[in-house]
Amino acid sequence: MSKPELYLAKYLSKDVEMVPIRKGFGEGLKKAGELDDRVVALCADLTESVQMHLFRDSFPDRFFEVGIAEQNLVTVGSGLAAMGKIPFVGSYAAFNPGRNWEQIRTTVCLNNQPVKIIGGHAGLYTGEDGATHQALEDIALMRVLPNMVVVVPGDSVEAEKATLAIAKEKRPCYLRLARIASPVFTTKDTPFEIGKAYVLESGRDITIIATGTMTHPALMAADKLFKDGIDAEVVHVPTIKPIDAITICESAKKTGAVITIEEHQIAGGLGGAVAEVLAEECPTPMRRMGIKDRFGESGHPDELLEHFGLTAKNIIVTAHELLTSIGKQ
Amino acid sequence: MKTYTLEELEQIACTIRKDIISMLETAGSGHSAGPMGLADVFTALYFSVLKHDPKNPDWDERDILVLSNGHCVPVRYAAMAEAGYFSKTELQTLRQLGSRLQGHPERTKLPGLETTSGPLGCGLSQAIGMALGLRLNKQLHRWIYVVMGDGELDEGNNWEAAMLASKYDLHNIVGIIDRNNIQIDGPTESVVPLEDLRLKWEAFGWHVLEIDGNDIEAIIDACAMARAIVEKPVMIIAHTIPGKGVDFMEYDFHWHGVAPNHEQAMKALHELRTLQGRIRSEHE
Repeated sequence: MSKPELYLAKYLSKDVEMVPIRKGFGEGLKKAGELDDRVVALCADLTESVQMHLFRDSFPDRFFEVGIAEQNLVTVGSGLAAMGKIPFVGSYAAFNPGRNWEQIRTTVCLNNQPVKIIGGHAGLYTGEDGATHQALEDIALMRVLPNMVVVVPGDSVEAEKATLAIAKEKRPCYLRLARIASPVFTTKDTPFEIGKAYVLESGRDITIIATGTMTHPALMAADKLFKDGIDAEVVHVPTIKPIDAITICESAKKTGAVITIEEHQIAGGLGGAVAEVLAEECPTPMRRMGIKDRFGESGHPDELLEHFGLTAKNIIVTAHELLTSIGKQ
Repeated sequence: MKTYTLEELEQIACTIRKDIISMLETAGSGHSAGPMGLADVFTALYFSVLKHDPKNPDWDERDILVLSNGHCVPVRYAAMAEAGYFSKTELQTLRQLGSRLQGHPERTKLPGLETTSGPLGCGLSQAIGMALGLRLNKQLHRWIYVVMGDGELDEGNNWEAAMLASKYDLHNIVGIIDRNNIQIDGPTESVVPLEDLRLKWEAFGWHVLEIDGNDIEAIIDACAMARAIVEKPVMIIAHTIPGKGVDFMEYDFHWHGVAPNHEQAMKALHELRTLQGRIRSEHE
């Protein structure tokens, strides 16, 4: 079977374009609004931060400012969905879904209304605001809810496609966004489909499975590992739920060693989801990179990623360690 | 839609109360006091106030009834069965495995329920979303009624909703608070005082009506008045007697979350039959 063409950007270049993931969401939301007048947006006093201002300015009658009230945000969204609308409800991930999880569970998921939960400023990329505002648990919170789809785009271009895709999706969805600019490794022609993982780099020695902002460092690490004689495969997983178990297992069986990396707690996030798939379907030695049962702190995102061991350099070290431990080098 | 006489409505309320007792006894668990106290409100709504079609629950011109305090759903199930949404025999499946009549209401299981509720404090905000949706759909002639408990006003989500409804001037929402003064841990005023309830809602930009919530005529009149008030959303504080209609349940917060056993159910049904006879003679 031939692999689909991925049309990736020149992601190894020093001149790789840097754009905040949330910006792609803002542009996607405006386009979704142009394509379908059932699309409405609600925000909790963070309209520009979550990049909903483009939609607000284009469709003022379909935008609702609810104030700093995240429980209201999502339940008002549920009511709009009940009247046939496609509501996007946005705030920071620390509050949405951090503060209003039960309302999401009952009035969106159990009630099965197609509300789109937008979690902005997720992860360490939030930076100086510190631990209170760095959601590192949101993927886990959303992944355990029946009916919920969980999407974590890797760059701004993919975020725009993901936004258009969840607008068409009939189930409730969670979309995770990061604050500051990150490398754009996909192009407008790169495929995106809910539920699909993508093998961005083929390899045979080890699989690096990444999501969100961590996919670019995974690609950088694979390039350096190749120079060390290690042929790493990079699997980008923009949909955490439903997870693409087929692509993950195919890769794990081929390489026999798996690393996951995410800007999130390793419990319950991508690492947890991949571990569940591997344990039941194709047990494979693995290492989970991410936040290990602790909170974030203030600092520039680059400093924080270094501090928490989430750089390409850390991936290389982990890859060598894993391959040594299983006698593959 | 058929127009009922007051006597017929009072008889329907009594029948709904008997059905509540019977279904709770069969279920062996559930909430008694709230549903019994709300029987008159639900009779007024389903048999006079609401524009609805039991044979076409998704009718897109229907009025919408949101039940925020989901634990009171037995009264809604009984009223729906009485109105012809489904067969009365199905009431006996309440809380059983595979039943459409879940312990707390689930919209996706039973046509005619507008939301899924049970966790408290979320009905009014969903009604706001519906009202905003109706505005976009140019259907402002449809009304949204929200039945809420008084105890659930402890939940902050209600007050977030209260502020937003007046911001967007959502006068097609009519809230009905079941002011029965009890919640699980005791009287509302000893758990966390709610009063002055009228002043609180007025301060949040609502027009408040206060009525005897066990007087069907008063409920119908208040809903009519609420529809005539276009300046503000309207909150009806309906003072009800918890457990209304059964002497040993009335006013007793211990009946909030328990179902009658066989002996208690027999006694309650006997009282309600006597009450039906009394209603008949009063109207003769």
